Amino acid sequence: MKHARIAWSGAIQQAVASDGQLLITQGPHKGQRVNMGEVVWLPPLAPVAQARTVIALGLNYADHAKELAFKAPEEPLAFMKGEASLIGHQAFTHRPAGVAYMHYECELAVVIGRTARRVKKADAYDFIAGYSVANDYAIRDYLENWYRPNLRVKNRDTCTPIGPWLVDAADVPNPMALQLQTTVNGQVTQSGTTADMIFDVPTLIEYFSSFMTLNPGDVILTGTPDGIVNVKPGDVVVTEIEGIGALTNTLVKA
Amino acid sequence: MKHWQPSGTVYGCLLNFQREWDLWTPRMTQDPHKAAPQAPVLYIKTANTFCPAGQELLLQDGVREVDIGATLGLVIGAGGQVAGAALLNDWSVPHTSYYRPPVKFRCRDGFLALPQQFTPGQVSDWAALQIAVRRNGAWVQTIDLRDLVRDLPTLLADVGEFMTLQPGDVLMVGTDCLADGSRPRAKAGDHVEISATGLASVITTVGGAA
Repeated sequence: MKHARIAWSGAIQQAVASDGQLLITQGPHKGQRVNMGEVVWLPPLAPVAQARTVIALGLNYADHAKELAFKAPEEPLAFMKGEASLIGHQAFTHRPAGVAYMHYECELAVVIGRTARRVKKADAYDFIAGYSVANDYAIRDYLENWYRPNLRVKNRDTCTPIGPWLVDAADVPNPMALQLQTTVNGQVTQSGTTADMIFDVPTLIEYFSSFMTLNPGDVILTGTPDGIVNVKPGDVVVTEIEGIGALTNTLVKA
Repeated sequence: MKHWQPSGTVYGCLLNFQREWDLWTPRMTQDPHKAAPQAPVLYIKTANTFCPAGQELLLQDGVREVDIGATLGLVIGAGGQVAGAALLNDWSVPHTSYYRPPVKFRCRDGFLALPQQFTPGQVSDWAALQIAVRRNGAWVQTIDLRDLVRDLPTLLADVGEFMTLQPGDVLMVGTDCLADGSRPRAKAGDHVEISATGLASVITTVGGAA
């Protein structure tokens, strides 16, 4: 199933995709169908008791690593993001005035379903609740070679759209063979496949859980392939992953 | 009584003490850094690092020794304003390169030791705070917040330029090094106490393979 978290009728609702509409699954409106255009989309992540860990990967596709003139890393290049940078589908992302190069990054988001510690690669899929699409924007003007990529590039307000759906892991038989695509104003600018990840999803779960506990609701953003271009205020960016969803975001002036 | 834990995201700040900044200055323009940092260099302490008062730090997964990172965390309240502060021990695996994000060094389970509670107050209360670090009862370091590169109001403003701190978030002001650039270390069996006037102490016993 495809799960969404939406604001509708003055409250936050849980819903699932059903025949091109949203079917509310809990609360007083349970069973109600709503058109997708009538709701506000929130990140499709249930609230958690403590700050959610959001891990992001850099240089995790062979072609993107090449594009950025780095050799492929020998171990995952990971950084953390604050949950406050997350926004939902059909939201607005700020582009600061005066920057020269801001780009999207279409990424498969993996949501942890069970507490994971010292998990072996062969068992890793058992710890995944589901998948979503993230757009991990970066503003390269702010890149500095200190704990790079630094938070001023990667932890900005409004700069991590995620959604529209959390797709149950059971409905994604092979997350390592999904087409990714980004369009800017309808033109395809990025395309790739999750098959090209340097460190695949089971390897990432084994790696992170070898030194830290991953908790239910934690998120791993698995990196982006080749094809990043500059985007400007007014641009509509759609990051899409086969079988997971198409995440729409609009750039606005900060 | 239930001991305090942050409800939001905890951010740390690298190179925010003048002594370490000065030691690094000759290398800042060299590869791979190429230039001195302009914006605050931040990192995140994820929720798995939170170690409530009274729990020991268990060294595991091959870690034998940790840097002691005595610091002050500013606790953000309603409206994004500072509501209080807490002493913290921002443990890290010793690392000499500041080029790549320090996830493996800073985000291990239990790597942020917390006091029993945070202390309500305002930023000016801690402008000249001195924090003492003792290991097994013996003094090893004093951290003086008058030695910050970015003082508390400046740090808050420079961080706020690119991200909004949320109620429940904590912004740690940085950890200082010793005269040689290293940090005091602890290993299994050590008992580390961080204290300062007016704030709850952070006391941790380090466990694991001795």
